[in-house]
Amino acid sequence: MPVARPFLAIGALAGFLALSACDPAPLSADEKAKIASLVIDELAALPAAPANLYADNPQAVAFGKLLFFDQGLSGDGHISCATCHMPDRQFQDGLPRGVGVAQTDRRTMPLAGVGWNVWQFWDGRRDSLWAQALVPLEDRREHAGNRTAYAHFISANHSKAYEAVFGPLPELERMPSDASPLGGAAERAAWTTMSVAERDAVNRVFANIGKAIAAFERTLEPGETRFDRFARAIAAGEAPTGDAAFSDLELEGLRLFIGKANCLECHNGPRFTDDHFHNTGVPPMAADELDRGRAVGIGEVLADPFNCLETYSDAQPGACTALRFMKRDTAVMERAYKTPSLRGVAQRSPYMHAGQIASLDDVIDHYSTAPDAVAGQSEIRGVIFTDRGRKALIAFLKTLDAEGPNDP
Amino acid sequence: MPPQRANGNSRIMLAGLGLLVAAIAVYAAFQLFSPPPSEVDVAYNTVSGEGFYQVMFETEAQPVPVNETHEWVLTVTTPDGAPVTDAEISIDGGMPDHGHGLPTEPRTTENLGEGRYRVEGMRFNMGGHWEIRIGIDAEPGLDEAVFNLDL
Ligand code: HEC
Ligand code: HEC
Repeated sequence: MPVARPFLAIGALAGFLALSACDPAPLSADEKAKIASLVIDELAALPAAPANLYADNPQAVAFGKLLFFDQGLSGDGHISCATCHMPDRQFQDGLPRGVGVAQTDRRTMPLAGVGWNVWQFWDGRRDSLWAQALVPLEDRREHAGNRTAYAHFISANHSKAYEAVFGPLPELERMPSDASPLGGAAERAAWTTMSVAERDAVNRVFANIGKAIAAFERTLEPGETRFDRFARAIAAGEAPTGDAAFSDLELEGLRLFIGKANCLECHNGPRFTDDHFHNTGVPPMAADELDRGRAVGIGEVLADPFNCLETYSDAQPGACTALRFMKRDTAVMERAYKTPSLRGVAQRSPYMHAGQIASLDDVIDHYSTAPDAVAGQSEIRGVIFTDRGRKALIAFLKTLDAEGPNDP
Repeated sequence: MPPQRANGNSRIMLAGLGLLVAAIAVYAAFQLFSPPPSEVDVAYNTVSGEGFYQVMFETEAQPVPVNETHEWVLTVTTPDGAPVTDAEISIDGGMPDHGHGLPTEPRTTENLGEGRYRVEGMRFNMGGHWEIRIGIDAEPGLDEAVFNLDL
């Protein structure tokens, strides 16, 4: 049948195309397992915070919440954590780079799930939430205050709440109003006039401010999304129904994400992050002052006087697992940044550590072209996406949208 | 009987088409559901490269977890089962398919005696194939044991 052959081939092709278009192949066992690994139900219990004795103390949570929103906790009385970490915007600000008293070098990070972080900041230069909180308080572009002034502020405004959690405040009357080992020349000079015991007393109040704020931040949990309802059904071997059912496009995007596009290499687990640092070839904001990311963060966290192994930590040294077994190889960490969670990502452009990429479309472009890194080695191998593939990936990312205004 | 012939032909064509679609579907399903061919030997018990040591690891975290720092206990013996009690042990590894190493620097933190060693700081930051290399330096000589893990 010399004539029938081509017909047969065309017929088969048409049948196959039709198959793939209206009836996507069923999810494989491997795909189902990967989907199940991402569902919010897989989130482990909130990890212990051994360096913070007050991490789960309800009074510390309430006091920390107060401090998080208190603009008095700043040099000019106008900046609070919430200035940049806005509760109705997933605790971030939608700007390329955070702005306090002045503009910073990095993008404000959302705070849902920070209690699960191993490292804090894009470069992981702090190893606990409480040590992290102390950084913006003294950064001249952020809260622009100093630790001695904060101790006086707590004593004048929050002594009851403070003492209920941490015990009596030290005698502060004879201490300078503005002093810190960081900060400007005058503040540093004033710090040197203080005795070792006075500095220690101020450092302790300062650390406790961080510990209260950290206790509050630990209550910020990632919420359930449409994706979770879909994945929960898949994990249970049921067909997702109602709003849990995915469109063909969303399903295609999810399959790319867990399959050919390799996104799961880094954005894995229920928080969509491996808590590690990667150079993904994101171009720097300004070429003149090259941000080296984790390559510098390693040394900074080791040198931090408030890290898990130092004086103001409540942990036994053995419990400081992250720091003790930290990867110290700076060469492979050149321009590496912490993998961000992708929960709620479609609702908080711009993207990357300094807001370099404006939209999700451009993010997909970045992963497709996989540019060489300006320093270090990018781990991204370019993936060619069809137009539909791009749309599909974005449609999938939108199923991770946070629900409700105050649900980070 | 041209019409009948045409009819017969199209029936054959339809049947052939149906068969082909079915064959493709079966093949696709086979491809999707069959596990990838296993090329590596997944074992928590292995012999070092030169055959100097028998090495085993145990962990309380079962199955070996992803994104969770955990401990291993290594047991090192000679091939005939005598414990190697004073070994210098180093741990290295990574994902050969991805060209990256471990996200942490695990090391032995305690010699538990009887050839057993506590290893802290083990962490795997994605699913897939990992290779863990255990360097062992003791009386019988310097040698390396490799564990292949599929997480
Ligand atoms: C001026 C804006 C601004 C203010 C004010 C500010 N932050 Fe941030 N926050 C940022 C930026 C920018 C980053 C990322 C900085 C970096 O990686 O270098 C960040 C990062 C963080 C992170 C790390 C999150 C993660 O996933 O690693 C936490 C936690 C955090 N801030 C909490 C706070 C707290 C608590 C306060 C108040 C004491 C505060 N921030 C004040 C802008 C701000
Ligand atoms: C090698 C690890 C790795 C892989 C693979 C990877 N990412 Fe990322 N992703 C990162 C890191 C690290 C960042 C932050 C980079 C930076 O700021 O410089 C990031 C940032 C993002 C952001 C911006 C999030 C934000 O808050 O700024 C999105 C969206 C994103 N990735 C999606 C994807 C998608 C989709 C894929 C698959 C096509 C993918 N990623 C693959 C590591 C990875």
